[in-house]
Amino acid sequence: MSTRTIRVGALARVEGEGSFTLKVRGGEIVEARLEIFEPPRFFEAFLRGRSWAETPDITARICGICPVAYQMSAVHAVEDAFGVAVSPEIRALRRLLYCGEWIESHSLHVFLLHAPDFLGYEDAISMAKDHPEVVRRGLGLKKVGNQIMKVIGGREIHPINVRVGGFHRAPTRKEIAGLAAPLEAAREAALATVRWSATLAVPRLERAEELVALRAPEEYPLNEGRIASDRGLDIEPSAFEEAFVEEQVAHSNALHARRRDGSVYLVGPLARFQLNRSRLPEVVRDAAAAAGLEDGCRNPFRSIVVRSLEILFACDEALRLVDGYQPPSEPCAPVEPRAGEGHACTEAPRGILYHRYCFDEQGDVVEARIVPPTSQNQKAIEEDLRSFAAHHLDLPDEELRRRCEQTIRNYDPCISCATHFLDLRVDRQ
Amino acid sequence: MPRLPKLAVWKFTSCDGCQLSLLDCEDELLALAGSVRIAHFLEASSAQTRGPYDLSLVEGSITTPADRERIQHVRRISRRLVTIGACATAGGIQALRNFADVEEFARAVYASPEIISTLERSTAIGDHVPVDFELRGCPVDKAQLFEVIRAFLAGRPPAVSAHSVCVECKRNGTVCVMVARGTPCLGPITHAGCGALCPRYARGCYGCFGPMETPNTTSLAAEWERRGVPRRDVLRVLRTFNAAAEPFRRESERHVD
Repeated sequence: MSTRTIRVGALARVEGEGSFTLKVRGGEIVEARLEIFEPPRFFEAFLRGRSWAETPDITARICGICPVAYQMSAVHAVEDAFGVAVSPEIRALRRLLYCGEWIESHSLHVFLLHAPDFLGYEDAISMAKDHPEVVRRGLGLKKVGNQIMKVIGGREIHPINVRVGGFHRAPTRKEIAGLAAPLEAAREAALATVRWSATLAVPRLERAEELVALRAPEEYPLNEGRIASDRGLDIEPSAFEEAFVEEQVAHSNALHARRRDGSVYLVGPLARFQLNRSRLPEVVRDAAAAAGLEDGCRNPFRSIVVRSLEILFACDEALRLVDGYQPPSEPCAPVEPRAGEGHACTEAPRGILYHRYCFDEQGDVVEARIVPPTSQNQKAIEEDLRSFAAHHLDLPDEELRRRCEQTIRNYDPCISCATHFLDLRVDRQ
Repeated sequence: MPRLPKLAVWKFTSCDGCQLSLLDCEDELLALAGSVRIAHFLEASSAQTRGPYDLSLVEGSITTPADRERIQHVRRISRRLVTIGACATAGGIQALRNFADVEEFARAVYASPEIISTLERSTAIGDHVPVDFELRGCPVDKAQLFEVIRAFLAGRPPAVSAHSVCVECKRNGTVCVMVARGTPCLGPITHAGCGALCPRYARGCYGCFGPMETPNTTSLAAEWERRGVPRRDVLRVLRTFNAAAEPFRRESERHVD
């Protein structure tokens, strides 16, 4: 029996290096594989022996797209180990910084990486010739996210102002107030983005994986919360390794995460929205209802709408934080290193990012463990590919290949992060 | 219609941040796309035009046998080749393996290290092929990146200074954090380009642009120690994002106990 193989040797419009293979034999999918050939960098190995103070700057370098996520998970884990409590003002400033990264990262993905799939272009630049207002809106939103990171963090990529305990220097009232007008405009642009994204035609696909995200008592989660799921999971971040395991597979330089019982789960915007939509401000809930998502969303192709809703949330939340900004009396809480273990989970744009560190009495790292969102989503991506392709085997190779790539991009995979990810091959015999 | 110059962006071992700097030029991106043909840029586009390319921007270091071959191919199909960022110019943070046992590193991260393909050392692109210009930074500064692209397209040398971060502080009017507050700062030996960002945020420079031209690393290291910085912290700061850059590597060896 012949095998039909569909393969993409180097995936485009994703962050990092991956490929994809789909093999079909006699109308059955025999393999759906996402391969990560991004070379390993061994962060968890060379963190050993480094100082607690270096963890946010070093782990930021895991990813140029979501460095703030790494910095936030690192500082919270170190503070957990040393028993450091930060002021409400520092907490608010961290939340504002994270809103900046969500706006930047989500806008990059929605407009520059994902939208060309829906509108039939190879990239946003060619899309801009026919849809200039859409691309300009996206670039404008992305710029506002970057402005927030630049004001608070010093620069957009690998910010320099974050430290364990708080910041090196607290921004002045005037610096933060300068963000208000761009954010007002961005909130309008984000509302328009939700309406636009809701009109995009999507294939039907319903996924039933367990959805995992942080959940906090009142807020939409960014920096803190318990790890919760739609199937009743409700644990502290320190219990992460009891609930989830990572395993190595031969076709990937990224470890695959699963639930302890072996089942597949999903992190990211769909999971966050499912578990936390009642905690969204009214403007976002209304926009979600108008987009037809008041009961949640289980179609990964509509993740573009959920990401747009989260851009709207992040703009609204950032405005609230800007309006209420009080510079902290001290930019940084006192930090006394001690031997011990610390855990933290924060919501990176792509989903929960877990860090654990063990320190000796000087505060040097003895052991580090980092589980990024994309390594948690790899299994779900492969299952989506399998499920989507099974219903679309009548498509010609080129169209099937294009649709499979879109399926992968639904997850905004971050391959550089996951290495410790992707090649599409459709293999039909 | 005149033929547009062809631009290619390549990724080796890295975090993607330096090529993201190009997409972070939100105000200039569409205009750039009108003056060059973006012929190969996987992070941004599915469209791929065959080489040769007029200008290749290379991000990342060489850490696998396959990439050691691939960079030779990239050089052959590139008229001009510019490396962007600390990974491509100095091996990046993953060059910390150069001071350790990479097999032990693989065992620390992977259950089956034998299926991981990796080299013992992370090396700069310039260690493998001739490079026309090296742009420093972890990450690169996007204004400098734009200047380099404009300069190469115009066939002139880029206006990128090789002096120290100290000059940028003087130009900004930033009070010296080391003299005024005793904050250890790598500014005197670090290559300019960031605009002396850290001192503007009350922090000492931590060297993400790597060594300036002819840095006096020994003198600065002695000054840090005189101010009470432990030897191992001097070692650490030199061995971070540009650990394998020769002046930093050499000075760091003097602080190994």
